[in-house]
Amino acid sequence: MPFSLLDFMQALAAGIMVGGAYALMCIGLGIIFGAMRVVNFAQGDFMMLGMYVAFYLTTGFGVLAFLGPYAGPIVGAFLAGPAVFAIGWVLHRFLVSRVTGTGVTQAEGAGGYAQILVTLGLALIFQNGGLILFGSAPTGIRTPLSRASFEIGSVLLNEAKAVSFVVAVVLVAAVYLFLTHTRHGKGLRAAADNSTAAIYMGIDVDRAHRIAWSLGVGITAVAGGLLASTQSFQPYVGFDFVIVMYAGVVLGGLGSILGAFWGGLLIGIVQQLSTLVLPYQLQNTAIFVVFLLIVFLRPQGLFGRLSERT
Amino acid sequence: MRLNPGTTATARHLWAIVGLCVVVLAAAFAIRSEYDEGVLVLVLLWATLSVAWNLLSGYSGLFSFGHAAFWGLGAYTVALGLVNFGLTPWLGIPLAAVVGGCAGALIGYPTFRLRGHYFALAMLAYPLAMLYVFEWLGYQEVPLPMERTAPILYMQFDDKRAYVVLALALLVAALLVSLWVETTRFGRALMAIKQNEPAAEAAGIDTWRWKMRAIVLSGALAAMAGGLYAVVLLVVTPDSVFGMLVSSQPLILSLFGGIGSLWGPVIGATVLVPLAEVLNAQLGDKIPGIQGVVYGVAIIAIILWAPEGVYWRVREKVTRSGLAGSEPRPRSAPVMALPQPRSGQGDLLVLRGVGISFGGLRALDDVGLSVQDGSLHGIIGPNGAGKTTLFNVINGFLRPQSGSIAFAGTSLLGLMPNRVCRCGIGRTFQVVRAFARMTVVENVIVGAYIGARDDRVAEQMALAALDRVGIADRADSMAGGLTTRELRLMELARALVPQPRLLLLDETLAGLGHEDLDSILSVIRRLRDEGMTVLIIEHTMQAMVRLVDRFTVLDHGRVIASGAPAEVVRDRRVIEAYLGRRWTDRVSETAAGDI
Repeated sequence: MPFSLLDFMQALAAGIMVGGAYALMCIGLGIIFGAMRVVNFAQGDFMMLGMYVAFYLTTGFGVLAFLGPYAGPIVGAFLAGPAVFAIGWVLHRFLVSRVTGTGVTQAEGAGGYAQILVTLGLALIFQNGGLILFGSAPTGIRTPLSRASFEIGSVLLNEAKAVSFVVAVVLVAAVYLFLTHTRHGKGLRAAADNSTAAIYMGIDVDRAHRIAWSLGVGITAVAGGLLASTQSFQPYVGFDFVIVMYAGVVLGGLGSILGAFWGGLLIGIVQQLSTLVLPYQLQNTAIFVVFLLIVFLRPQGLFGRLSERT
Repeated sequence: MRLNPGTTATARHLWAIVGLCVVVLAAAFAIRSEYDEGVLVLVLLWATLSVAWNLLSGYSGLFSFGHAAFWGLGAYTVALGLVNFGLTPWLGIPLAAVVGGCAGALIGYPTFRLRGHYFALAMLAYPLAMLYVFEWLGYQEVPLPMERTAPILYMQFDDKRAYVVLALALLVAALLVSLWVETTRFGRALMAIKQNEPAAEAAGIDTWRWKMRAIVLSGALAAMAGGLYAVVLLVVTPDSVFGMLVSSQPLILSLFGGIGSLWGPVIGATVLVPLAEVLNAQLGDKIPGIQGVVYGVAIIAIILWAPEGVYWRVREKVTRSGLAGSEPRPRSAPVMALPQPRSGQGDLLVLRGVGISFGGLRALDDVGLSVQDGSLHGIIGPNGAGKTTLFNVINGFLRPQSGSIAFAGTSLLGLMPNRVCRCGIGRTFQVVRAFARMTVVENVIVGAYIGARDDRVAEQMALAALDRVGIADRADSMAGGLTTRELRLMELARALVPQPRLLLLDETLAGLGHEDLDSILSVIRRLRDEGMTVLIIEHTMQAMVRLVDRFTVLDHGRVIASGAPAEVVRDRRVIEAYLGRRWTDRVSETAAGDI
């Protein structure tokens, strides 16, 4: 074996830690895809927005400086959620709803194409608009946690990553409770499961879509905010995460929220474990390979189900 | 390669291609600056990639988010061939076509098992995986060496207009291939796949083979364009040829210009590529990023105005204002007669012990069935009895877990639906599966490709089949505008046209009013009288009793009765399955009282 057990444990721990944030962003994408069946190319760029919101609130403008170096970045990441949620709400209201939803023919006509182009257009605008607003230099949130580590046995855990993992898991639980125990959440799940039936049951599916879209980008933004204190980023960072997110969501099963969580977590672990046997540059190739394997061997994912009627 | 001669549309497209050449060459000679020539070359190259992408994704509806894989492989084939082996691009670009075609086959082989979003997302992964692999292999930057001794031998020209000519040649080649596809059964097969893959498969189209051909052609064309791109740019980096921007480019250009049309991708490239370049040149250095924002806003604005793309939007406007009203096609009247199937004696279709379950649900359980040659055989049963599942098992959509299915003495087990269709079994669907954006006759022609070598013969056969079911007058209407009765008959004609010996009709009578019902019943009866064997599903007893020779009754996946209609309707178990136990009890009480 080219690596020791300790290396393995270390990589596994790192994978779980980074997997928490991945799981969170996968849930964001999963909610959107599950409810609306829209392939959102701009999802990674909403995450990038979350990173910058958190960055400016803590380091940039220092609004949250009074919270201290420990709580500040976490609160900043949380606040990225509502901020991006609001942006998403407005975008859906005036743009996305015009090419998606119940009023648009999904089957074959124009609907599907227009959605793809609109999200691609949004991705272009965000990336390049980000370049104008934020500049191209890589940046990151500095917290004393970034350089401190817990030691469990002989395995080192980066404190910033550990904290972001815990926060991500708590947020995942909150989202899960929202979806299963609130009126809006249940409506959203009904719309995702069968939008026609949901309409007949008196659910405002277009409203459910708006909630799904805004919530989805908001949650992904929080995940971005959490990652902002553990890695450096620039306005183009979103692309790197698009495939991570789709891989996680497909791995868990399209439309399954719990599946998206485990899928994201597993992608994090695969990414870190692959560094044991593969050169650093091929880290993401490992994700693609896992992604393709899942798609071929079990397209319904770990938690998904297949149902098609002829 | 033989284009459909004589059709005016094809001729128009060919003239348009000639026109394109004239305009591009004139532009090349009018342009003075090298920069503008460079932009023109880029327009042509991206247009070629988009036409290639459209050939697969536009016609078949299988969205590829990963055409950068082919583009990039083409670029690296040319660059590495020149650097490592001194291979001139004159040979490198054809070699790139081979590499691209092979990559298409290798990618298509596993990926075509996927549908819809899964296919699109899987395609996204290939170029990005290649990007990292090429980086890892150490090809972060491959410059093409200057060949000073014999530059022309290595496709290196001082006069940049030469590249315009080369790129134009590639685009014309791509357009000709695309036109050939569009006007032959190749294109019809792809369009049928796009609109309804199961129906295409059941109509005898080998969907997998057509998709493979499309991706191989598309990959080869895209790789050639990528190869020339490397020659023009003189340096290849993984990001510039495998990146997301390359993959999204043909998507954006084709969707913008008009997907599924020959000229849409060209229009998209002509408008958007210069726009992006001009924005980059004018604004890029002042405010980096502003060009991307403007480009993004432009795409969104236009797509809100024309969600289906510029080409279709403009065409719609032109057709509506009457400038180019579509003239009704003159129909050559002599409708050829279809040969009638011979009906023999004995059983044409025999099922023994067929079983299949989904999860814990036993959908079919030990089903045995014999359909006599030349008979009209009805399958009835309550909702969820397994009737449609039985058809899906017979025509190959589902594979039974146990039992045997024999048709005219040969086993059907393990055959794809299109093979089953070729054996002589046609089918219709419970929910009519029409190709809504094709005309009625085109819908039926799709089914005719099995028997007909020639596209002309196919059309004749389709017209004959339409005539046989009595809707020949609707041949040129769009299928989307038909009534339920006409749709059912059209589907029936599509199933008839390959001249099957056995027809599977899935609730052909559902949702019809009295008059429509009678007209379809008479068509079915006539088919039987002409010697066709028909297996029909219904759950309304009434219509069936009048129609069929024999009944088989299914309930909960089991055959509960079989025989002549008069016997079956009195069968106690049948009444129970339909009306419940209490009803049978009452019937027997009354019966007892009568005695």
